[in-house]
Amino acid sequence: MAERSFKAEVEHLRLGEGDTFTGEGILAITKALLENGVGYVGGYQGAPISHLMDVLADAEELLGELGVRFEANANEAAAAAMLAASVHYPIRGAVTFKGPVGVNVASDALANLASSGVTGGALIILGEDYGEGSSIMQERSHAFAMKSQFWLLDPRPNLTSITKAVADGFELSEASNSPVMLMVRIRSCHVTGSFATKANRKPTLSVREALEAPQSDFAGVVLPPMSYAHEQDKIRNRWPAAEKFILERGLNEVFGPKEAPVGLVIQGGMYNGVIRALQRLGLADIYGASQVPIYVLNVTYPLIASEFLDFCQGKEQVLVVEEGQPEFIEQTLATYLYRAGSTVKLCGKDILPMAGEYTGQVLLAGITDFLRKSAPGLLPAPVRAPNQDRPKVPDLSRVVPIRPPGFCVGCPERPIFAAMKLVQKETGKLQITADIGCHLFGSLPPFEVGGATMGYGLGPAANAAFDGGGARRPISIIGDGGFWHNGLSSSFGNMAFNKSDSVAVIVDNYYSAATGGQDVMSSRAENATKATKHPIRKALRGIGIDWVRQIDRTYDVGHMRDVLREALTTDKPGPKVIVASSECMLNKQRREKPLAQAAIREGRRVEAPRFGVDEEICTGDHACMRLSGCPSLGLKVLDDPLRDDPVASIDQACVGCGNCGEVADAAVLCPSFYRADVVHNPTPFEARFAAFRARVIGWLQARRARRHLVFEVAS
Amino acid sequence: MTMLTAQPMDPKLGSIIKLAVLAVGGQGGGVLTGWIEDVARANGYAAQATSVAGVSQRTGATVYYVEMAPAAGGVPIFSLMPAAGDVDIMIAAEMMEAGRAMLRGFVTQERTTLIASTHRALAVSEKVEPGNGIANSDEVMAAAGLTAKRFIAADFDALAVRNGSVISAALFGALAGSGALPFPREAFEAAIRASGKGVDGSLRAFAAAFEAATAPRVPAGTEKKPGALMARGPAKMVAEWHRLTARAEALPAPVAEMALPGLRKVVEFQDLAYGAEYLDRLGQVLGRDDAGHGFALSREAAKYIANAMAYDDVIRVADLKTRGDRFDRIAAEMRVKDGNLMHLTEFMHPRAEEIAGMLPARLGARVQASPEWMGRLERWFAKGRRLRTDGLWSFGLLHLLGGLKFWRRRTLRHAQEVAHLEAWLATALGYLPKYDLAVEVVKCRRLVKGYSDTHARGLSKFDRVLAGVTLVAGRDDAADWARRLREAALKDEEGKALDGALATIRSFV
Repeated sequence: MAERSFKAEVEHLRLGEGDTFTGEGILAITKALLENGVGYVGGYQGAPISHLMDVLADAEELLGELGVRFEANANEAAAAAMLAASVHYPIRGAVTFKGPVGVNVASDALANLASSGVTGGALIILGEDYGEGSSIMQERSHAFAMKSQFWLLDPRPNLTSITKAVADGFELSEASNSPVMLMVRIRSCHVTGSFATKANRKPTLSVREALEAPQSDFAGVVLPPMSYAHEQDKIRNRWPAAEKFILERGLNEVFGPKEAPVGLVIQGGMYNGVIRALQRLGLADIYGASQVPIYVLNVTYPLIASEFLDFCQGKEQVLVVEEGQPEFIEQTLATYLYRAGSTVKLCGKDILPMAGEYTGQVLLAGITDFLRKSAPGLLPAPVRAPNQDRPKVPDLSRVVPIRPPGFCVGCPERPIFAAMKLVQKETGKLQITADIGCHLFGSLPPFEVGGATMGYGLGPAANAAFDGGGARRPISIIGDGGFWHNGLSSSFGNMAFNKSDSVAVIVDNYYSAATGGQDVMSSRAENATKATKHPIRKALRGIGIDWVRQIDRTYDVGHMRDVLREALTTDKPGPKVIVASSECMLNKQRREKPLAQAAIREGRRVEAPRFGVDEEICTGDHACMRLSGCPSLGLKVLDDPLRDDPVASIDQACVGCGNCGEVADAAVLCPSFYRADVVHNPTPFEARFAAFRARVIGWLQARRARRHLVFEVAS
Repeated sequence: MTMLTAQPMDPKLGSIIKLAVLAVGGQGGGVLTGWIEDVARANGYAAQATSVAGVSQRTGATVYYVEMAPAAGGVPIFSLMPAAGDVDIMIAAEMMEAGRAMLRGFVTQERTTLIASTHRALAVSEKVEPGNGIANSDEVMAAAGLTAKRFIAADFDALAVRNGSVISAALFGALAGSGALPFPREAFEAAIRASGKGVDGSLRAFAAAFEAATAPRVPAGTEKKPGALMARGPAKMVAEWHRLTARAEALPAPVAEMALPGLRKVVEFQDLAYGAEYLDRLGQVLGRDDAGHGFALSREAAKYIANAMAYDDVIRVADLKTRGDRFDRIAAEMRVKDGNLMHLTEFMHPRAEEIAGMLPARLGARVQASPEWMGRLERWFAKGRRLRTDGLWSFGLLHLLGGLKFWRRRTLRHAQEVAHLEAWLATALGYLPKYDLAVEVVKCRRLVKGYSDTHARGLSKFDRVLAGVTLVAGRDDAADWARRLREAALKDEEGKALDGALATIRSFV
């Protein structure tokens, strides 16, 4: 079960001809797929398109009605490979994943697909994870489109344009026999807005029907000599066909006056930011009517030389607004100008920054700079000659702490890293690699466990150089998501085959948790359409890894530490693998909290645990913080002149996971922590016995209090 | 070719309201954004919201952004992200996030209404420092006063919790109360009702925050002064307590202020005789102090002698864990209602050192010197124990241990603590007449805290700082160096900053 349910929103997918859809970009894209007769959909979750997968999963009923096959693919490569159905069959298919990391994984299949070419429209919906909020290395997916030759759409970031791009994409793909990638940036995925809907359309040929008359043609196989023919076909036929389609259908747009000395050439996704900059300069109105000509590239690959040169006609200078690097678009446009013998001056990354997100501030500064040089008369006087005293703002950069993401309250991964930190106190620093997923937060303070991450499913593979062993065994960490993504083959197959003498810890939280809690093979949940409940340890045994330790309660820090120690010291040859399993607390709470509340209301017995700290016993040394980092474990400044340092304090958000107590015990920290289990609706016997105990305890306490001084502060 | 000339700005652009929310992942920023969009659309506005959820949702800093404008007339082009100097309403769901909003330039005097919750959700970097690493909210408050056009601040988190809801509902109430959006209160409440989840709690928190946002700001510093300290118990003891407090009150005012809580602490720790001892020790320091320095030395000594005398031994912990008021306090904190029961589990992990520390000083010292005996104690006693202090057996055990005060003064631990205390005080006083240096050395007692390994590490830092001080004792800026060394020692667990500071000292002595 995914973290966010779209069951209610999925109803919007049934909207018909002429209705208005209002909602999030991701959902609008799904609706557009159905309107365009898609025959099969798939993908792999990851921000910012995780929700697209969640929407599709929640919409399985509707997809079934339309005869659309949905696969939650094992990884991006599997998703891209699924598009093979569109090679020989006139079936539209769409897959989604994040970029550029998803494209990296998928690139083998994508390159083969692009070589073979497609008959049915093949669309890749790519969530480009770039700029603020991104969780990956900062690169562009653009290069993949160029090297393998699939077309890249980058529509203006509003729901009408994005949904239109879905339709255009399918048609462009079919017209040019090439796969098409529809790129949406982080904010476009989550942007809300409206668009006019059309009726959903069943695929003209469903995948089920296709199996009645299988087709093949060896001309589509990537083998010599066909592969040489594919390359020629790409250049001689598919490219011109694409250009023709893009021109005839006017996929790119031109706004603003026909004639002007300057112009802007922008990626579609930059449109709103550029308009905002122009609005702030008095050069565009609220509806975007611009006084500066803008050539909007809703298709950023291929670039159409004739269209671009037409736009440049009569202009002295144009500015290319292209986010990310290298500046592929600018380079191509410069070539076009040079070949045409044009004298138009091309500006771009000489004015705008080469690297980093094009925020509102960056665009305003860049466009202002460009216009100041190229058309100063256009700018309002204060911008031409700024003469404004800004009030002095106190510098808070030394005050405000950074706040990177971290483990949630009660996360079952926290105790794993606490145990690893404790083990390293015994052994000294160890060589540790990590993978992709929530567990990567373990590399941040307070744990700082793990240095490198080489990609999804590659944590143990990233330690392969150390497989031969040495003074101390290296450790690698991987999540259950990474394990099933490709870890089983790339990492564990590699370890087993090479008789690796290293330790791998599989953090099994029952879900692909970092991407939003989607089910994986080893999830414990019942899933009507997916095969779950396949234990990881069985898969490991299957590939010949025999030293496997299953831990079913990661919160037992002491046990966790002991098992790690054993893995590091055992003289058994071959890979040592620890499967550390406890359910993602975010998902667990979401499922169990309402049940517990209902049980309390209905009078059933419920124990609700929560932790606390005895302020007088806590000395404020914060040793517990350095083994936790839990958001609910904070600090409290005491109203006591004798105390210098704030003491530990646990807030209402505590879910009683047990890490605090376990860590205090395992690391022999201090006796300040206690667990209070509030028993709702106790049994009558229990209540009577508790009352008896309370009487005895109360009597002892009162007896001692009578013999000592008891202090109180008068209020 | 037409020449372009500057145009006046489209007056309609002023009708776009730009609202940003800076929150910590998990605070419900998405819900708040949804409500804001809904209220705008329901009132004839076109609205667009965006967010950068992703992994930031996992407790990291996250931005949500909404733009809206009257829908009549066409589809406005909205930006997808806030820009510096171009935000009308900035909602910060936590105090340092308000600081971050200002750092990013989202708060400007020309246009920004800043609504901030003053509570703190501490970042990991603030919590892990062995000393006090909490960022200074006052600086952010002061900056907000200077930077924002309007500044609305309250602890919206506490307010929400009090009303059985979460902060997003309270912030929505504050937004409505601020009047920064052109919609009536009922429109906001309708958006909450339409969402259909936890409506009653949300509406209560909404209403409370609405009031808080519209009420005039209460100036800080109006909290009431603490009341007088009262003692109950056997009449003879109370009379002796009064004699001791009279002695403490007779001390110079700055010293007495610290000596009274100090006295209470040591008497609670042991007994009245121990309190008298405390005042005697303090008297020795005072004898070498003078009014010219405002009795700073004695004031600090009053604080740290009390802390040193009331060390954390097994008896103290057991006593504190079994007191009657503790049970009541925890029950209130855990919101135990009538008809509920509460189980209490303590996490104890005694070590051989603690057991040896309980033995008579001489015997204990011999045991501690014998690895064989320490190994035995370790095997017999040292392991993690979960004690149910609501149960008779565990409570009885701790109650007995907590009653061993009569035994305490004979123990090895007591002898060790007294020796450490006396050596430390002698060292500090030995630096006189370098008054400031003596004060700084007294303050170094702060480094000794925690239990087991942490305590041992604290002691070792204490020793290293004092050793470092001897290197610079001859210099005029010795007190400065002592302070610097102490502060460095509190920066990190392993003492890296302290090592650095010591290396610096060695480079010039």
